[in-house]
Amino acid sequence: MPLLEVQNLSKTYRQMGGDTTVAIGEISCKIEPGEFVSFVGPSGCGKTTLLMSIAGLIAPSAGQVIIHGKEVSGPPPNLVLVFQDFNKSLFAWRSVLGNVRFGLEARGHRWRQGEDKARSLIDLVGLKGFEDHYPWELSGGMQQRVAIARALAYEPEVLLMDEPFGSLDALTRLELEDTVLQLWEELRTTILFITHDIEEAVYLSDRILLLSQRPSRIIEELPIDFARPRNQVITRSQPRFMEIRNCIYQRIRNESALS
Amino acid sequence: MRASKLNGLLFFLGLLIVWELVAQARLINPLVVPPLSRILGVFSDLVWSGQIPLQVASSMKRAAAGYIMAAVVFIPLGILMGLSQSVYRLFEVIVEMLRPVPPPVMIPVAMLFFGLEDEMKIFVIFFSCAWPILLNTLDGTRNVDRVLLNTARTFGLSRWKIIWNIILPAASPQIVTGLKVSLPITLILVVISEMVGSTDGIGYFILDSQRRFRVAQMYAGMLTLAILGYALNQFFNVLYRLLMPWHVGLMRMKDAA
Amino acid sequence: MLFALLLLMWEFGSRLSPALQSYLPPVSRIFRSLAELVISGQLVSHLMITLSRFLQGYLLAASIAVILGIVLGYFRLAHSLFEAVIEFLRPMPSVAIIPVAVLLLGIGDAMIVAVTVYASVWPVLINTMDGVRHLERTLIDTGRTFALNRRKILWLVVLPAAAPYIVTGLRISLSIALILVTTAEMIAGSRGLGFFILDQERSMNSSNMYAGVILVSALGYVLNRLFVLGEGWAMQWRRGMLAQESV
Repeated sequence: MPLLEVQNLSKTYRQMGGDTTVAIGEISCKIEPGEFVSFVGPSGCGKTTLLMSIAGLIAPSAGQVIIHGKEVSGPPPNLVLVFQDFNKSLFAWRSVLGNVRFGLEARGHRWRQGEDKARSLIDLVGLKGFEDHYPWELSGGMQQRVAIARALAYEPEVLLMDEPFGSLDALTRLELEDTVLQLWEELRTTILFITHDIEEAVYLSDRILLLSQRPSRIIEELPIDFARPRNQVITRSQPRFMEIRNCIYQRIRNESALS
Repeated sequence: MRASKLNGLLFFLGLLIVWELVAQARLINPLVVPPLSRILGVFSDLVWSGQIPLQVASSMKRAAAGYIMAAVVFIPLGILMGLSQSVYRLFEVIVEMLRPVPPPVMIPVAMLFFGLEDEMKIFVIFFSCAWPILLNTLDGTRNVDRVLLNTARTFGLSRWKIIWNIILPAASPQIVTGLKVSLPITLILVVISEMVGSTDGIGYFILDSQRRFRVAQMYAGMLTLAILGYALNQFFNVLYRLLMPWHVGLMRMKDAA
Repeated sequence: MLFALLLLMWEFGSRLSPALQSYLPPVSRIFRSLAELVISGQLVSHLMITLSRFLQGYLLAASIAVILGIVLGYFRLAHSLFEAVIEFLRPMPSVAIIPVAVLLLGIGDAMIVAVTVYASVWPVLINTMDGVRHLERTLIDTGRTFALNRRKILWLVVLPAAAPYIVTGLRISLSIALILVTTAEMIAGSRGLGFFILDQERSMNSSNMYAGVILVSALGYVLNRLFVLGEGWAMQWRRGMLAQESV
């Protein structure tokens, strides 16, 4: 049985003045445990809405999300979302350690417990030594690492990431891609990843789901079977990498042209 | 959004109706909280008979005098202090020493000098409005962009022209903030000074009504004050929009950015 | 410099002109009265009374206003219900409540604390409400994605995030509370610094009156300083942030 299933999900927004925007037309998909799945699509195609619906933060207009056989109606306890805007998501009043601890507290750990776990996670994301710093003191890339560590401290079965590296520079993005892969290899969390960066998706995922323009549907599903662990140089220089990338790019361009 | 405003108004009206019913049913001592209808009745009587307008006029006379005097004295002072370090240092200590004095405490001092006359209240208001107006003007002057000043100097403008044409407009947002903040302070202090030492004015009227146990009248006075507070605020906004339309636009731009 | 000059002018001008002395006694005499009153304990007892009323009023108001502010800021329904009531009551100067309070509670501590509470609630309430209402959606969603219940979100996310706004309101209320206590003491009290100052004015004891003014101003100053210190300690995490912003 799949870990997570999206069944006929659709979302319509009603604006002031009566106009409606259909963000998600109809999306269905199945996610197996331990998979790394990316959603790629043109801008404005409702990727964030999709992830927010899966995360239980938005109620769908139709359809449902099923996790472990149970319908999602509100944030499920075994799933966590990492936001694109880490600046607005991190807690400014807590240190790095405090932020990561928050994930543990939310899990139910008492205050003093789990400090070791928090520290090891901070180490895992590469921020050892920065435990007592405050978010404003860190660079963008470091802040997002804190957000990821915080999410992982919660021990979720499913990690949702909404364009987490979108506002970072290219080099930092590459670093963080590898960080996420390392974490994934070690923890085997199921990851749902949204990005507009096609190559990033190809580099990271087991499977890519292509979304159409609004109202969005899944127009193609591509399995990605490059050897793991992946490598920024080796994996990306394989001819097949560019083939897949071009194929996706073409598909998306055609979609955009259609609208 | 309009629906929620309606909710609020309905709720408010609902509360008023509850008040009326509870008071009429004598569930609350009517000597302490009379029915709303009676209060409104007394209020309208007093307005039509001219009593309330008279008291309001007395209060406003003093308030306006104190407020305008404070503006006339402290805006120029603030500008001077902002522009010249020596002037600032001259007055700095006095300002720092006098700032912590809670304004109502100046009332007995003023009474010593001016008795219970209008001058007493005018002085108190003058003193209380000083700090918001002075400090905001000072701040605004200090924060005038260097580039702006240098541009003016390049054009060879005289010092007075610079102050009038560049500094005053550039600092005016802050100055207006100071004036705006001083408005409720003025109202509060005119009321307090009348309650402590006066023979007329809206503050005196409310306290006097309470002392004579004319309770509905007291509430009518309070209603007058609420309306007055609101009206002054609106009046200020209208004046501001008339006199400084360029600033309204600038602020909107800043907010959007 | 000017200050010292003015003080000297005051001192000598007053000594030289007997007529002026009843309004503006020499500075030295004022300080002598201050010392005498403090030593005799008279002024100190008034100070303690004022301080106690202040603390009761301020702390009670702060507690009520923060809780109410969070509720009204976070729950849209509550806010829309009470919006009209708040907008109506806001423009009315809080001091107008004094006669009502006297009517209901007579003259004495209860009345004074009550009016202080009423007046001090407003700045904290409005600032807290605004702070909570303008919290980033993402921040709240972060709390939600960790599957926290509402209470936990309010306590762990909303409250700390709104803290800067709350603190601003608390700072404003500090001055307001002191003003109200002294005012109420002047209008309808029989003890306390406000009453003392007015009483001395009535008995034409001007140097005692000024002594009282100095003491109450000192009280206000000290309270303000203590608040700023406390704020700095509690909001340590902001200090660095603010420093960076001003760069």
